[in-house]
Amino acid sequence: MSKVLNFTIDGVICMAEKGQTILNAATANKIYIPTLCNLPGLKPRGSCRVCNVKVNGKFLTACTTPVAEGMEIENNSEDIIDIRKSIIELLLVEGNHYCPYCEKSGNCDLQAIAYKYNIPAPRFPYQFPDRDIEATNGKLLKDHNRCILCKRCIRGIKDEDGKSIFAFKRRGHKVIINIDTRLSANMTDEMAQEAMDICPVGAIIKKEIGFKVPIGERKYDKEPIGSDIEEIKATTI
Amino acid sequence: MSKPIIATTSLAGCFGCHMSLLDIDERILELAELVEFNKSPINDIKKFTKKCDVGLIEGGVCNSENIHVLKDFRENCKILVSVGECAIMGGLPALRNNIPLRECLEEAYLDGPSVENNEERIIPNDEELPLILDKVYPCHEVVKIDIHLPGCPPSADMIYEALVSLITGKELKVPYEAFKYD
Repeated sequence: MSKVLNFTIDGVICMAEKGQTILNAATANKIYIPTLCNLPGLKPRGSCRVCNVKVNGKFLTACTTPVAEGMEIENNSEDIIDIRKSIIELLLVEGNHYCPYCEKSGNCDLQAIAYKYNIPAPRFPYQFPDRDIEATNGKLLKDHNRCILCKRCIRGIKDEDGKSIFAFKRRGHKVIINIDTRLSANMTDEMAQEAMDICPVGAIIKKEIGFKVPIGERKYDKEPIGSDIEEIKATTI
Repeated sequence: MSKPIIATTSLAGCFGCHMSLLDIDERILELAELVEFNKSPINDIKKFTKKCDVGLIEGGVCNSENIHVLKDFRENCKILVSVGECAIMGGLPALRNNIPLRECLEEAYLDGPSVENNEERIIPNDEELPLILDKVYPCHEVVKIDIHLPGCPPSADMIYEALVSLITGKELKVPYEAFKYD
């Protein structure tokens, strides 16, 4: 058995295996740390910064930082929650997130974290950027208005040879996700569904079916994001 | 003690949030006991006749008349509440924000598939008409907004609870299931 490390999150004594990231160790100890770009099974990227925690007084991303013996981690202090809220609010104003007609509404991680932190309106001015919708692919629709560039689709959706079906196109603030026409030609319905599900927002939408799950039965309609991880379930904000 | 006074208006909205307010059903009788309504489309009072305690704003700001009404509300209401997604972020009317205004007007009055009887190709531009803004703006980017109630529309329960909490001074507690952006 690998070495066991002792550490605390908000004063709660936790244990981790050597090499385990703070995020994975927290999940194993039934403590929820919110994240948008991270996905179990994928190499952590640390790009969305939502999983910021305070370790011995320093802000670090929980998804990329391995646990060390005796770490004292803050996950729910006021300053961390304010940082997380400001990141979510920046994402909400940076794109065009029209929840009322979005197919992903109710199943969207960005929206769910905003609900969890009770954000009624962003503190920043809306940018209303000019972005496109692309429907050229046979199975998938891309809505760049909603993309948060987390790279989950690029890292997670691969063909049988391990090649990424998605890729970044352009550079800097013009960067967008792109679907490889050749590799996606043989995409099955299951893969298309997987691509839609892997997207934390509504940037990748499977064609020909929509709004299948009625309001009230969607993923985050009744319980906040992280309820499946946390032992003590939050019923009210 | 006199009753708290409420005013409401719909700017660039669909009146769905007002419908949601009416959805409080028989509690509207309780509300009528608790408060007095001033300027509002519900009672058709067109102008403020006195200072109000709470102003409910539905819809975003899309033209000069919306700005005028919103500023009028800010001057006459102690607490201003943005009700619904359109008031908070522009909502569906804000979909035009990425399309140049000229293109929007041409589509509506000249080239759209449902346009008929406009041989002279006129885009209405009378000085009596409110001037359309370049974009649809959230209310809080035009005046100070004190409270935001998200939802499309916010549920009747949420609007009722928010009003009761404002009137009675009790803390507003919104259950997770009621706090939604859609």
